Amino acid sequence: MPSFFDPYDVGSSFFDLLRQNRPDLVPQAQLKLEGLPQAETRDLKETPHGTTILALKYRDGVVIAGDRQATEGFQISSRRIEKVFKADDHSAIAIAGVAGPCVEMAKLFEVELAHYEKLEGMPLSLEGKANKLSQMVKANLPMAMQGLVVIPIFVGYDPRRGEGKIFKYDLTGGRYEEIEYYATGSGGREARSAMKKLYRADMAEGDAIGVALEALIDAAEEDVGTGGPDFVRGVFPTIKLVVMAGLQDVPETRIRQACQAIVDLRASAQREAGADGETQARRIK
Amino acid sequence: MPLPYYVSPEQMMQDKAEYARKGIAKGKSIIAMEYAAGMLLVAENPSASLNKISEIYDRIAFAGAGKYSEFENLRKAGIRYADLKGYAYGREDVTAKSLANAYSQTIGNVFSEAMKPLEVEILVVEVAEEGLPNELYRIAFDGSIGDEKGFAAIGGQAEELRLYLKDKYEDGLDQAGALRLATRALEAATSAQVKPENLEVAILERGRTGRTFRRLSHEELQATLAGTE
Repeated sequence: MPSFFDPYDVGSSFFDLLRQNRPDLVPQAQLKLEGLPQAETRDLKETPHGTTILALKYRDGVVIAGDRQATEGFQISSRRIEKVFKADDHSAIAIAGVAGPCVEMAKLFEVELAHYEKLEGMPLSLEGKANKLSQMVKANLPMAMQGLVVIPIFVGYDPRRGEGKIFKYDLTGGRYEEIEYYATGSGGREARSAMKKLYRADMAEGDAIGVALEALIDAAEEDVGTGGPDFVRGVFPTIKLVVMAGLQDVPETRIRQACQAIVDLRASAQREAGADGETQARRIK
Repeated sequence: MPLPYYVSPEQMMQDKAEYARKGIAKGKSIIAMEYAAGMLLVAENPSASLNKISEIYDRIAFAGAGKYSEFENLRKAGIRYADLKGYAYGREDVTAKSLANAYSQTIGNVFSEAMKPLEVEILVVEVAEEGLPNELYRIAFDGSIGDEKGFAAIGGQAEELRLYLKDKYEDGLDQAGALRLATRALEAATSAQVKPENLEVAILERGRTGRTFRRLSHEELQATLAGTE
């Protein structure tokens, strides 16, 4: 029977429950790399990673998006991996880093939030969710030191205050709120540059989705670890919206159309430049 | 040192059962009922925050009658059990059957080993996917477990409610119909008017994916129950 001062009582946290009852299932179980020969250590460090994930605020809430490619050294290990996950009805998480621990952390985080809500009879506050994720990233630090890095972006809508929020994290679990947009992963810098030029406050939903896709396509053009829209196989970035009404998936057909529009626009700009008999570079000069 | 008095096991069990029965009889009652599109749970509960009905997992709910502190602990243990199992295996592998068995074991052990038995009676219900039968388990204070069909009742007036519902319940009710029937049963058993603000009602909706549990607000109850007159 739990009481106020029982040191073994796990309270309302599933993460703590797992650590106490099934430590073998905790993703942060420490890997021992010291005993392994050099070659195997290198292999482990080259487990799939490389990503672009981003989030930006707009009029009704927050857009969160990510590409679909996972790489393994110079090879593509998956073209349709998911990096953006539902956390609960009003929040979502996108994760960059090594695929295995990333997916596991997203899954654990979703269970954590639902577990708390069921035990306590009410959901965690947005601040509470962001804080909990911070502790989980911090617990992963020993693995991160060995190369198994997990870096999330967390977005949520606070129905009580009527606003969406973006939280970014660093390796040590440090949590920082972004007020406009943010991107991370191997193509994060390109995506951030793209959004820097295109971002405007209070955009409409369609414009915000457009900016997210422009940024992802730019990142895919410059970064080998990021996959662009794949019209042949029909694989497109994942986009979710966090708004007052809850978490919404943007349907794939809509993402496909938006990608097509961006690619068409870029192709026609290229053709115009070519028709004048000038290169794009001279035109700019 | 004086020898303790000898008490026969039969006598001891009887005393414990009587004690537990008395404790439960003091409390209010809860009804669980199948309807066409899911499962309905209705509890008489004047408190808005101390719940008797709770979500356990995607398609499983819990209801407890008797002593609040005791079934609250059982409820939490159930959520922990279900979430751990679902995380270690898959979400579909968490079933009402295994949960009800775990409850039965725990309550049964306390009944036979502890000085004081648990003064609780609980329901574990699971709404099945389309086309499959729902599951409805009733676990008594001594750990005895039974699976019910159509409806189940626990708490102080459980026997009266069962008698009432045996004649009136029919398969394929809609949600509003089931809610009205459950309310009428509670009114008949207590021979008093039941106000919507004294009811705690939740449903497991068959058609939803993921978490199917939803509480009905007092406004929704008011609207449905007003439709009877």
